[in-house]
Amino acid sequence: MEIGYPILSTLIFLPIVGGALLMLIGRRQETLIKFWALAVSVITFVLSLPLFTNFDKTTHKMQFVERVEWIPQWGIQYYVGIDGISVLFILLSTLVTILCVLISWNSITEKVKEFYVAILLIEGAMIGVFCSLDLFLFYIFWEAMLIPMYLIIGVWGGPRRVYAAIKFFLYTLVGSVLMLIGIIVLYFKGGTFNILELMNLSLPYKLQLMLFWAFFAAFAVKVPMFPVHTWLPDAHTEAPTAGSVILAAVLIKMGAYGFLRFSLPLFPEAAKAMTPYMMALSVIAIIYGGLVCLAQTDLKRLIAYSSVSHMGFVTLGIFALNTQGVEGGILQMINHGIVTGALFLAVGIIYERTHSRQIADYGGLATVMPVYAGFFMIFTLASIGLPGLNGFIGEFLIILGGFKAKKLAGVLAATGIIIGAGYMLWLYQRVFFMGVNEKIKNLEPMTFREFITLAAMAVFVFWIGIYPNTFLSFMHVSVQHLLERVSYSGGDSMVALKTIGGLIP
Amino acid sequence: MNMPMPNLQPLMPEILFLCFALIIMILELFLKSKETVGLLVIVAVAATAYLFPQSFGTTFSGMFISDGYSSFFKFVFLLNLTLTILISIRYIQIERAEFGEYYTILMFSTLGMMIMASAGDLIVLYLGLELMALSTYILAAFIRHDARSTEASLKYFLLGAFSSAILLYGIMLIYGLAGTTDIMKLSALLLKSNMKLQTLFAIVMVTVAFGFKIALVPFHMWAPDVYEGAPTSITAFMSVGPKAAGFAVIGRVFLTGFEGFTPDWRLLLIVLSIATMAIGNILAIQQQNLKRMLAYSSVAHAGYAVLGVIAGGSEGLSSMMNYLLIYAFMNIGAFSIIILLRNEQERIETLEQIRGLAKNHPFTSALMLIFMFSLTGIPPTAGFIGKFFIFRSLVYAGYAWLAVVAVVFSVISAFFYLRVVMYMYMYEPSETAEQALAPSAPLGLALFITAVMVILIGLYPEPFISFARVVTG
Repeated sequence: MEIGYPILSTLIFLPIVGGALLMLIGRRQETLIKFWALAVSVITFVLSLPLFTNFDKTTHKMQFVERVEWIPQWGIQYYVGIDGISVLFILLSTLVTILCVLISWNSITEKVKEFYVAILLIEGAMIGVFCSLDLFLFYIFWEAMLIPMYLIIGVWGGPRRVYAAIKFFLYTLVGSVLMLIGIIVLYFKGGTFNILELMNLSLPYKLQLMLFWAFFAAFAVKVPMFPVHTWLPDAHTEAPTAGSVILAAVLIKMGAYGFLRFSLPLFPEAAKAMTPYMMALSVIAIIYGGLVCLAQTDLKRLIAYSSVSHMGFVTLGIFALNTQGVEGGILQMINHGIVTGALFLAVGIIYERTHSRQIADYGGLATVMPVYAGFFMIFTLASIGLPGLNGFIGEFLIILGGFKAKKLAGVLAATGIIIGAGYMLWLYQRVFFMGVNEKIKNLEPMTFREFITLAAMAVFVFWIGIYPNTFLSFMHVSVQHLLERVSYSGGDSMVALKTIGGLIP
Repeated sequence: MNMPMPNLQPLMPEILFLCFALIIMILELFLKSKETVGLLVIVAVAATAYLFPQSFGTTFSGMFISDGYSSFFKFVFLLNLTLTILISIRYIQIERAEFGEYYTILMFSTLGMMIMASAGDLIVLYLGLELMALSTYILAAFIRHDARSTEASLKYFLLGAFSSAILLYGIMLIYGLAGTTDIMKLSALLLKSNMKLQTLFAIVMVTVAFGFKIALVPFHMWAPDVYEGAPTSITAFMSVGPKAAGFAVIGRVFLTGFEGFTPDWRLLLIVLSIATMAIGNILAIQQQNLKRMLAYSSVAHAGYAVLGVIAGGSEGLSSMMNYLLIYAFMNIGAFSIIILLRNEQERIETLEQIRGLAKNHPFTSALMLIFMFSLTGIPPTAGFIGKFFIFRSLVYAGYAWLAVVAVVFSVISAFFYLRVVMYMYMYEPSETAEQALAPSAPLGLALFITAVMVILIGLYPEPFISFARVVTG
């Protein structure tokens, strides 16, 4: 499907140019700065809607493709396009950015201009990551995103922001640079950076395994998978609300997206062979993340650890390598983006009033802010996976897929849902019910601006929960194509492990 | 006996440059305004660069070679000179070191580098190297009333003299073994001499001497002290010029002169480069002084550039050259910020002093942020393109493991580069700090050029890659 103008480039560069122009506005004109950022993000969102309406769901081929020579000596092209796997993430990114601008309206008071510049730049880079079809281009966007995110956490974050920011940066960078070497090696084997051409390559098994682990380093840190998840609680907790939302809603999805876009189709045999280990790590993340949540006293930290658990579901679905699992995984990424994003938005709303993230400082909030309590209930239940809300569809599909692939994994993952219900409901009880805490007696009710941000997310919670096919229909064909590519290849986990053992001298 | 007149065409840029230097040295006595002197040097640079394309050829029976390779390096030297002059004009007034000789000595040093890049003979190489080094010793001591500056110069001089002696010893051994000092004929004659052990000994000598010049570990000891003590503009000059000159001769001598012993010196360089990246990056972490930190960082960057030589071939060479060009922009950019922070009252060069800089000077901090990310090698800055090219040629040459080692150290480097960003952006300024800037038009121009180039090469590297590629054939 084509549109008359280069829509993807517009989406990538509109926020970047908008952010660059924002630098020219005088630093005192804060209102103008905010409205400019809002206008840019809204226009980007509106322009991204044609992707939704004009998308051809009957083909797995890349759509809205743009291809320009960029660095011909190295065979690098500016090559963008989307398929059923990536389209939803672009829409998610453009939507979430608007909410981030709105939620930061009053809470960011220092270096306002720089903040909105960073938000807009990161939006452009995020969209770029999801539509790059050239590995080099992908890597540029992937890394470029680190700079604004590092600043968002480190400059506008909480008390331990500096530590959290550097930890986030270093963890991600270690993974990324290993992938960079993997990309270069892949380039010399395939003679191109073009992902679609590389997919037709059949690499030797041993090489596939090494490359799989090189890419795994980057993606696993980003997801984050157990045991490289430790940056996430710090980064999420210390980041300002907008930073947490972007991290939770979009950034950590890139890891799982990377598995789908690169690891599975480029190294199918290795991926298949590694499935049991990946599933094991996923299940550990689900249960471990959930258990750790039970022990948290900090609101944001609890939600952060719940992300570890939820992303465990996503990777489980992906590595189940069947239709239900992968589609559930993709849908769950969107769900998690919406629900966890919304939860961080919600926590941001009360944090702005009380400046406390401690659960113990709350209690009885339902009497003080009833509308807010209602919204929080919706998101809590969605996070648990109540039927009729979006979380249910994703988790159900994943467990179904997991069960098909490996019974034990399905069973263990299901216990994760029970733990999830435990910590989320307990959290809700401690914050919203019981006696009204003295400290929060006089909180302001929600403003219209805050209401809008939560309502926007709530709409999607119900939409996906009641009629998921709107979204699932986008990915059917692409997922099918991807799985065919993987299942054509052999791959045995025991042999793989021996081969890896052989590589270590 | 009848001496034929040698063909001077390949030498014309150097001759012209020398004439300019001499004229400027005399003119400077009559010129009150030293800014004019700086401007004249830039005119000289432009005129010299204009002659490059017509100068290709070999002369003095192969002792002096002007080719694409040398022209690329000469371009880097002239660029380095121009940027150094732009950042010096106001700075040396503040440091009360405004003497006309400053500019002429810079020119002589650059002339030495140009001769090094074109040297086809070890003796010519040595002459160029000494011209460059002696001029730089003087420049390091240019703030005469500052003990630190004098100390730096003396250290630099003593260790430099020591390394020159080692180089001469190496050259002598090579002459004894091969019977020639002509770099082009060296390889075959050394192999023919059939004295492997002695040859290796000579190669080690030469490596040690060059290692001093480009500050490879374990010959880097002078760098931090000298970089910290020397006038900042000279530190910027030294961290790019002599280093690039060192690489120019390493490229020619090792890849051509010692071609027959490639596996041997390659092993040596691999060990040195790993040590250099490790020590440079790890020791930079604990530095509180920005100049000292950049000194260690410059040690580490030499380690990366050596990887290009290890990769070898025209790919490896052009990646090394491309890296040096990019390094020139980002490093001089970073030093320009330190110069901008040097006001009439105080030197701002420690991390503590730049605390909260972004609050008072958002634009300056943003520029420093760009340079720091570029030095780390994060896209979309030029530093990434430089590293990518190096890693690419390494993997191409079959050294993927070495590329992995290199990227691990570049992650370590992220820690100390980002700490600069951290101090500027994430801490509040201390109450007492003034943090007054000393802006000037030429410094602004230098910052503009370096920042624009760092971004431009990052986004559109194509012409620069071609540039480095075409000249190596």
